[in-house]
Amino acid sequence: MRLEQRKDLLGLRDMSREEIELILDTAVPMKDVMSRDIKKVPTLRGKAMVTVFYENSTRTRTSFEIAGKYLSADTVNLAVSTSSVQKGESLKDTIKTIEVMGFDLMVIRHSMSGTPHYVARNTRMRVINAGDGFNEHPTQALLDMFTIKEKKGTLEGLKVAIVGDILHSRVARSNIYGLTKFGCEVRVVGPSTLIPPGLEKLGVKTYYSLEQAVEDVDVVNVLRVQMERQQSGLFPSLDEYANLYMVSPERLQGAKEDVLILHPGPMNRGVEISSAAADSLNSVINEQVTNGVAVRMALLFLMMGGSKDEILA
Amino acid sequence: MKYLLKGGKVIDPANQIQEVRDVLVEDGRIVAVEKDIKAAGAEVIDLQGMIVAPGFIDMHVHLREPGFEYKEDIASGTRAAAVGGFTTLCCMPNTNPVIDSLTTASFVRERAKKSGVVNVFPIGALTKKQEGQELSAIADLVAAGCVALSDDGKPVMKSNVMRNGLEYAKMFDLPVLSHCEDLNLSQDGQMHEGYYSTIYGLRGIPAEAEDIIVGRDILLTRLTDSRLHICHISTEGALELVRQAKREGLSVTCEVTPHHLALSDELVGSYDADTKVNPPLRSSEHIAALIEAVNDGTIDCIATDHAPHQMESKDCEYALASSGISGLETAVAVCMDMINQGVLDLNRVISMFTLGPARILGLQKGSLSPKTVADITVIDPRAVKIVDPDHFYSKSKNNPFKGRELTGWPFLTMVGGRIIAREGQLVE
Repeated sequence: MRLEQRKDLLGLRDMSREEIELILDTAVPMKDVMSRDIKKVPTLRGKAMVTVFYENSTRTRTSFEIAGKYLSADTVNLAVSTSSVQKGESLKDTIKTIEVMGFDLMVIRHSMSGTPHYVARNTRMRVINAGDGFNEHPTQALLDMFTIKEKKGTLEGLKVAIVGDILHSRVARSNIYGLTKFGCEVRVVGPSTLIPPGLEKLGVKTYYSLEQAVEDVDVVNVLRVQMERQQSGLFPSLDEYANLYMVSPERLQGAKEDVLILHPGPMNRGVEISSAAADSLNSVINEQVTNGVAVRMALLFLMMGGSKDEILA
Repeated sequence: MKYLLKGGKVIDPANQIQEVRDVLVEDGRIVAVEKDIKAAGAEVIDLQGMIVAPGFIDMHVHLREPGFEYKEDIASGTRAAAVGGFTTLCCMPNTNPVIDSLTTASFVRERAKKSGVVNVFPIGALTKKQEGQELSAIADLVAAGCVALSDDGKPVMKSNVMRNGLEYAKMFDLPVLSHCEDLNLSQDGQMHEGYYSTIYGLRGIPAEAEDIIVGRDILLTRLTDSRLHICHISTEGALELVRQAKREGLSVTCEVTPHHLALSDELVGSYDADTKVNPPLRSSEHIAALIEAVNDGTIDCIATDHAPHQMESKDCEYALASSGISGLETAVAVCMDMINQGVLDLNRVISMFTLGPARILGLQKGSLSPKTVADITVIDPRAVKIVDPDHFYSKSKNNPFKGRELTGWPFLTMVGGRIIAREGQLVE
């Protein structure tokens, strides 16, 4: 099986469980490549990829870049803020310009939901969504799922609580779409002003109390709080937010003994997560970053290269 | 020129006619609507199987001239109307300059006479520059032929200004057309708030942003004993408020667009900005309420809110795209298709395109009464065509029905006794 019949990876909502499994399975040998002394394989030699980030990011962009390099693809990062956007060029023209330089694949992050879908419709390049507005961040959810599966052995039947600003979170959405496809029980918890409508239709349970939400859970995924949400009147203060929703070992007492603590980063220590939780043995936050590279290698390989069997060979 | 429109089914709600009759037209006026008319020297047009109706009126159109001729102008917009089966348009004042003075209103009327092919009545701005602060020169606008007042597209947020506008318009017996949107609540929303805004990750606009201002404006209408018309109504809650107001005997009317009847918020998942419109496409529950309100008479008329936009402002990121649909050339077909599917009632829809708007605006139009000006719309209820915006007469191609096969299209459009469009082609 290949991912080649799929031109783009825009979100997990439209992906099948089998496709997700293929990516997660392929990430296992990729992680093995990363642990070698010589981390480079020639698989994608002669392929070219570009990352185009219309929003600031260090870890996701770097993760895609090193993933491409480990596979010997030529990787270029377009620093958008200093380029054509400032000169008033339309997105369509920017994309066309990049395309005709001969790139095979584009990784795009954009603050406006649906922009990768728009780009994908307008280019022959393969497109990977590295986060669009509040919509999806599929590679983050894939690396979260890989991390959980690696630690727990399976995703089936696990209870996962996602904590924080669900309304504005692409990480939450992609996790919900991905995890529910594997039979996880997904709970969300946060201030009522940051919970979007209609989640019950997705099979997700909503809580306002952190203690109740984490009761008996296997995984807690903590979302970053954006300062501008407080400024736009969605909750009274960061202090009050921390009082109600900061994930700490005390608050997690009702969770399973071996609960995993995830965070997509960068963390606001003392706001959405306490240092004690972030640095605890239950925390897999640093492993998420490592796994992010492996998952992105798997994805680049499957989209530009070949089948799972080839990498094992 | 003398025409005998023969053998079509005449539907003329104003005269309560719904049967096969011939229509004789001479010197620009309707002479007779009778069975088996014999008329020597008339050009006979065989309309067997066709529907013959009074010329359709669209009371909510953006013709973009003056100021935005790259989107549309009166020449192109009225040609789109003609092909789409409309004989009369009312154009909204959000031009540049805004239609808030005698000069601009007169300019639009003159341009319409010179370059237009259908009747055009301007709508004057309620407030200067549509800024929602000071009333426009309303007496001047009336003198220049404006048939209603509106700040469409820019809701009047100050209740005292709206109150004064309604009160002042009363002197001239003009309706105020209100775009009902609480801007503090809709903020920078991109689509209807609900399940689909959640899963598409777009900022939602709650239905209540519309309901709140509909409620406010109805109360102000009661306070001032004036005439209110709600533009492009789209929510269940707003319909309930209009029903109450009508029961109470207030002079409150409303319109609905074909796209709010036919398309739901689920469509936005393509992130194709042609689905972006204000008010936003609503959920299926609201659509069901709208259809019920069309059929039970709560909604008075159908209007397109024809909002042409140049390609660059639609072919872009969803959040950056302009709102609106170039709808004149698909409105009738969309409604006919819903009639063919048994969702809407033919007689009711024709009434909403003719008598409904004529009454609201006090126009001597919308009927086939003898001696009236011969504005006539003929529809072929069985014609099947795929919507292709590339062949629009409108300068703008933003239309979410593109690629859809629709059954029931305008066949012939006659304005003042002259055939101006036939089978989707302009006759010049």
